[in-house]
Amino acid sequence: MQMSGLGLGAVMLPQVPIMGNPVAEGQLLDPWFDAATKKKLAETALNAARDKGATYTDVRIGRYLQQYLFTRERQVQNIINAESYGIGIRVIANGTWGFSATSDVTPDGIAKCAATAVAIAKANSKFQKEPVVLAEQKGVGDKTWKTPLTKNAFEIPVREKIDLLMKVNGAAMDNGANFVTSNLFFVNEQKYFASTDGSFIDQDVHRIWPTFTVTVTDKASGKFKTRDAISSPMGMGYEYLDGLATEKIAGPNGMVGYRNSYDMVEDAIMAAKQAREKVTAKSVEPGKYDLVLDPNHLGLTIHESVGHPTELDRVLGYEANYAGTSFATLDKWKTKNFNYGSKLVNIVADKTQPHTLGAVGYDDEGVPCKEWDIIKDGILVNYQAIRDQVQILGEKESHGCCYADDWSSVQFQRMPNISLKPGTEKRSVLDMIKGVEKGIYIVGRGSYSIDQQRYNFQFGGQVFYEIKNGEIAGMLEDVAYQSNTQEFWNSCVQLCDKDDYRTFGSFFDGKGQPAQISAVSHGSSTTRFNGVNVINTGRKI
Amino acid sequence: MAILTKEEAKKIIDKVLAFSKADEISASLSGNRTGNIRYARNSVSTSGETYDLSLSVTAVYGKKSGTATINEFDDASLEKTVRRAEEIAKLAPDNPEYVPMLGAQQYVNTNAFAQSTAGIDPEYRAKAAFGSIEPCSKKNLTAAGYMEDRSGFTALGNNKGLFAYNKSTSVDFSVTVRTADGTGSGFVQRDYNDASKLNTNTATEIAMQKALASVNAKALEPGKYTVILEPTAAHDLILNMMRNMDGRSADEGRSFLGKKGGQTRLGEKLLDERVTIYSDPANPEVPGSPFANDGRPQEKVTWFEKGVVKNMYFSRFWAEKKGVKAIPSPDGIVFQGGSESLADLIKSTEKGILVTRFWYIRTVDPQTLLYTGLTRDGTFYIENGQIKYPVKNFRFNESPVIMLNNVEAIGKPVRTNGSLIPPLKIRDFTFTSLSDAV
Repeated sequence: MQMSGLGLGAVMLPQVPIMGNPVAEGQLLDPWFDAATKKKLAETALNAARDKGATYTDVRIGRYLQQYLFTRERQVQNIINAESYGIGIRVIANGTWGFSATSDVTPDGIAKCAATAVAIAKANSKFQKEPVVLAEQKGVGDKTWKTPLTKNAFEIPVREKIDLLMKVNGAAMDNGANFVTSNLFFVNEQKYFASTDGSFIDQDVHRIWPTFTVTVTDKASGKFKTRDAISSPMGMGYEYLDGLATEKIAGPNGMVGYRNSYDMVEDAIMAAKQAREKVTAKSVEPGKYDLVLDPNHLGLTIHESVGHPTELDRVLGYEANYAGTSFATLDKWKTKNFNYGSKLVNIVADKTQPHTLGAVGYDDEGVPCKEWDIIKDGILVNYQAIRDQVQILGEKESHGCCYADDWSSVQFQRMPNISLKPGTEKRSVLDMIKGVEKGIYIVGRGSYSIDQQRYNFQFGGQVFYEIKNGEIAGMLEDVAYQSNTQEFWNSCVQLCDKDDYRTFGSFFDGKGQPAQISAVSHGSSTTRFNGVNVINTGRKI
Repeated sequence: MAILTKEEAKKIIDKVLAFSKADEISASLSGNRTGNIRYARNSVSTSGETYDLSLSVTAVYGKKSGTATINEFDDASLEKTVRRAEEIAKLAPDNPEYVPMLGAQQYVNTNAFAQSTAGIDPEYRAKAAFGSIEPCSKKNLTAAGYMEDRSGFTALGNNKGLFAYNKSTSVDFSVTVRTADGTGSGFVQRDYNDASKLNTNTATEIAMQKALASVNAKALEPGKYTVILEPTAAHDLILNMMRNMDGRSADEGRSFLGKKGGQTRLGEKLLDERVTIYSDPANPEVPGSPFANDGRPQEKVTWFEKGVVKNMYFSRFWAEKKGVKAIPSPDGIVFQGGSESLADLIKSTEKGILVTRFWYIRTVDPQTLLYTGLTRDGTFYIENGQIKYPVKNFRFNESPVIMLNNVEAIGKPVRTNGSLIPPLKIRDFTFTSLSDAV
């Protein structure tokens, strides 16, 4: 479960998955095979697999680029430029999946790899109890898709990125921080998909995540407090760091919400001041509170309590030994009246929303991406399913949410964006707070834990403000809320409108054995939940 | 080909070092063969095997360093990789915390390699899975499990005279067994260097028993309870504490080992006097690597002795700055215990809760090492020395530091995830809510 988390170790150099080999910065911009060459290589694989007896084959020729920068205070800790490329071939033979991958992308290497995939399928077919049933997918022919961006992050010199992080760290230190670590993560997936259905899809996917942790220490008391960035990882280019005023949303007590443009320096200044304020903040009185949850916090709660339990492979038991199963069973879904949440709760899955981590043109099975309902007016109406699963739901078309984190990994069902629709009545966060008598306003992702069937959860946050009689009454510390998924979503009583809507994201969500990562966004507007149990997490050692 | 001998590895590394014109040059050569098999719903879902042999070269000019890797080993490729590492180094910013490479070191002998594991083939894996699935199928239980075997080597060398070589094997197995109606669940995990010690069939029996025994769990009120933590459960909380023993964080006042006035807790009695924790790469039951990634020797280190903080680990930079020994973080640990078995601990318990394992453990407060998480796959109520009935899972909020001050009894350590961990009887363990999860 090392990678299942959404957070990163703040003090030490984060343990992030590096999947490629180190290369020089400039090599990240080197051109790779053009689409015509990739098509030729893919056809080699499709033909070789068919000749060995495969009844279906798909091929992913991928080049995966990463640039990660790590700094602390006034120095660079590490810069990683990594590249990984190769081909993954998945086949069905004797009604069974087989997969093999190789970095030898020569016609000979590809043919051998295809033969291995077929041999594995045939060997595993001896143990197969449930033959693969694949939903039909018409070939889409030659297609291309590219993350819409205005600044390719890999074209921005490392020097400029370091300068930004040094400015961020300096701003935090100048405003009271004792320590600060800051990071920039950039990912580019150049992937070509081909299948025996007649699809040849070339995609260029970009992701970005700027983040930091500010630490304040108080020698006299021995206390230390941290505040993480309230940025979000995005499916965008370097333009996310423009800090456009038009993308800022004013919150209470000078808080700023960032929509599709992030001001990293401004947030670092705020973080340093808030971390300092935390040292002397009031310790929360445990009890029931109405919670006003900012999108940058609520996204994680959505991820854990709606995203994971509605993954069909979990529901069916395929993840039982690792991530677990799900309370959202097929029986509950079949009743068509399982109250997952209150009537205000409308949760959609998609891989199409612009600027999100999930957005692509086609998934890793060549299925065109779309949007579908998971919870409608509070009722559980659907799951997340891929080509070999949708028949279980009585559907004929895959949802298009299959993903592999590398050319060498086999694709499987991964979470699409899972988002809470904003309210239809005009309402800002300031309006919402005015209506709360006894509550807590929570921003940012903190500690998070949920059981293996996704009933019982506990969440912390980055910043907590007490709300008394419609007004912010000061900062709180030692806050965590515990609830049960169904109870929690049924206590949802009010939503801010679309002007407050923002996405939260997870860059390194983990699943499977061997573990794979994926990146996913969760949109929402600020939302109110009534009467949630809050505990005090303060202890003495 | 994936596992080179010491001589074969040295030959390649020496060639690399000879190609370099940098101030300092180091090469790390490692090879692994990893195999796995995964099953769920009593059927194999995936299996595979990967080979990987790769060379990583780090060149240094002054305080600038650059790394390049390759998986081809002809002279031209080796030289090209050295040149690339040198180019990357020249373009890198100065690292103010750079410490020059180590010279020749003395390493202890460890024995972490077993031919039985290195020889595992797809048939062995299929049989291991079958040995776990078959008894479950027969009793209408559902198994989901995973086995991963690895054999490999690592060799390090630099132009200051350091050379290190180690080969090792490991096999990790875990299975979750559930009743057909999903009302009972049991779990077991095993890990060894020597695969001949692994019997997936007998291990699965334990998970089966727990699955059947955990049906119809009763709800107890959350609160403070005496708990018996099986080694798997105890391991997770104790290892979380060990991961926070970085000396620099303590010196900087942002660790549970920091305290008022800017001092650290080194030398202070922090845990119950029966708690002694050390690491020892030469321990025959949990052999570790004789060296850390940067070539520092791994030696026997006592972290807590009779509850007193004896050592912290350091980067070489920080240790030099502070004038202390640069002890690397350990691979695994040995939590010294007594002779009592898990059954003995249960027998001597008037009222308590037996915990098979914890799940989804996350830090709540790094200052006090407060963690939250849940019990999972077999939680039982004990009364008058006997397991009475299964209970619903709990969420806990507890610190290993507080827990290791509330020690009632320490049992006999058993190998768990590469460490030797005893079952622990702890009083006043804090459960804060109930979970309906099975």
